Amino acid sequence: MNAQPPSPLDVDAIRRDFPILATRVHGNLPLIYFDNAATTQRPRQVIQSLVEVYERHYANVHRGIHWLSEQSTDLYSEAREKVRAFINARHAEEVIFTRGTTESINLVARSWGDAHVGAGDELLLTEMEHHSNLVPWQQLAARTGAVVRFVPVTDDGLLNLDALERLLTERTKIVALTAASNVLGTYVPLPEIVRKAHQAGAKVLVDGAQSVPHAATDVQAMEADFLAFSGHKLMGPTGIGVLYGRRELLETMPPFLGGGSMIRRVTLDGYESADLPARLEAGTPPIVEAIGLGVAIDYLRRVGLDKIHEHERLLTTAAHAVLASVSGARVFGPLPEHKAGIISFTLSGIHAHDVAQIFDRQGIAVRAGHHCAMPLHKRLGVAATARASFYFYNTPAEIDQLGPALEKVKSTFRRA
Amino acid sequence: MDDIYQERILDHYEQPYHRGRLPRATHAHQDDNPLCGDFVHVDLTIGPEGKVQEAWFQGDGCCISQAAASMLMEAIEGRDVEELKRFTPEQMLELFGPKLTPNRQKCCLLAWRVVQAALYAPVGEKPPG
Repeated sequence: MNAQPPSPLDVDAIRRDFPILATRVHGNLPLIYFDNAATTQRPRQVIQSLVEVYERHYANVHRGIHWLSEQSTDLYSEAREKVRAFINARHAEEVIFTRGTTESINLVARSWGDAHVGAGDELLLTEMEHHSNLVPWQQLAARTGAVVRFVPVTDDGLLNLDALERLLTERTKIVALTAASNVLGTYVPLPEIVRKAHQAGAKVLVDGAQSVPHAATDVQAMEADFLAFSGHKLMGPTGIGVLYGRRELLETMPPFLGGGSMIRRVTLDGYESADLPARLEAGTPPIVEAIGLGVAIDYLRRVGLDKIHEHERLLTTAAHAVLASVSGARVFGPLPEHKAGIISFTLSGIHAHDVAQIFDRQGIAVRAGHHCAMPLHKRLGVAATARASFYFYNTPAEIDQLGPALEKVKSTFRRA
Repeated sequence: MDDIYQERILDHYEQPYHRGRLPRATHAHQDDNPLCGDFVHVDLTIGPEGKVQEAWFQGDGCCISQAAASMLMEAIEGRDVEELKRFTPEQMLELFGPKLTPNRQKCCLLAWRVVQAALYAPVGEKPPG
């Protein structure tokens, strides 16, 4: 490999915390897990925390006047505080627990959207949104008569910021965009976009699913109105996600779901909503999952988001170099300095599914398809791409395996 | 390496049987797998005696979807239409050969699905529904 600066992380030590990374597949091949944009693996500390809560502290939260419920409630509240500090929100009640990014965005589209968006209003997205930050807005538009507009993606895989400026009008109610594309990896210049959106009087929702796990997030510095992300993409359990919203916005939002927890008082004639965060968390919440997320955040902060970001940048740069050396390989998206640890590519004349299948037989897990971004693939002019995505437990030695794996794919198909 | 990419399948993928359009088709249908973007178009001529005289396909997609289409075209020529309507997905998977995971079975069954629809889709008439 090319000489690269050394990684700031002791990856060997980190990997010992992740039992699944020692898996051997298809006989005795070491597993190389490059599907981290879909979901990450979790360290022993997170897995053990779930067991410990169920064995020693578990009961339903709130209202319980018994010892276990108090334990459980304290741990659940502590998890919320950990998330608050992690994203530097002002107040813990600005952190709403959901099932994941998808539910967080739907919550905003349903609750805030139905209350504030009307016929003729505009919702501004980008061409590189994941379906979870696209369909909820299409549904909102269908309910209200609003119009969805899209900031185009340049051929280099960046957002066309001139077009953004033109598309922002006094009718734009919200700009909903990803912080990092799950296909191209592109990091978008959030501060600039948020500033322009606010000048136009629009709110901003940031889909942080691919950014929050990989780089430090500061919602106050970012000045976004809403931020959504998922626990399972940052080593937490599945079924837990976060919606951050500025308190003054969340306070005016009608409850998305009705039921237990979200009320102060119920009579046969109606109900009175509880205060934040409960008003937006109906029903028994994902208690243990939230606590596990808190433990994952502890782990991330101990390793250090800045070091994680730097390590992943080294991996991505190395992966770009490998792909550039393979004839017929085409990489989508910008140069490594503008992107997250995601590399989507095609091999000339070979379908992405065949690439992924042949990679799998060599122990390398990558994803193939449209990665829940069909409109973006249409824009790129391909039906499917193969995608390798990294996390801080991946190693340069694993990246080196991409080259031989790609050659193996090519040699399988004689005409390639 | 398992045998998905064995010679017989690669042969069908790289030198497919009856790949192209059939201008005199009496029956035709096209469908895709949105998940992976694979598509298959099938043109058939069905004779007055109720047999498939010629079967051609056009398509784009992974090795499995395209090789399966080629194998299926070869297998259904000369066969009785009523008999083909009873041709099951299990029989298609058997025709293909190597064992496939459920995700890849969808690739293999794309051409089968298109042929089943084509048998009911005379050219020039609107498809039902």
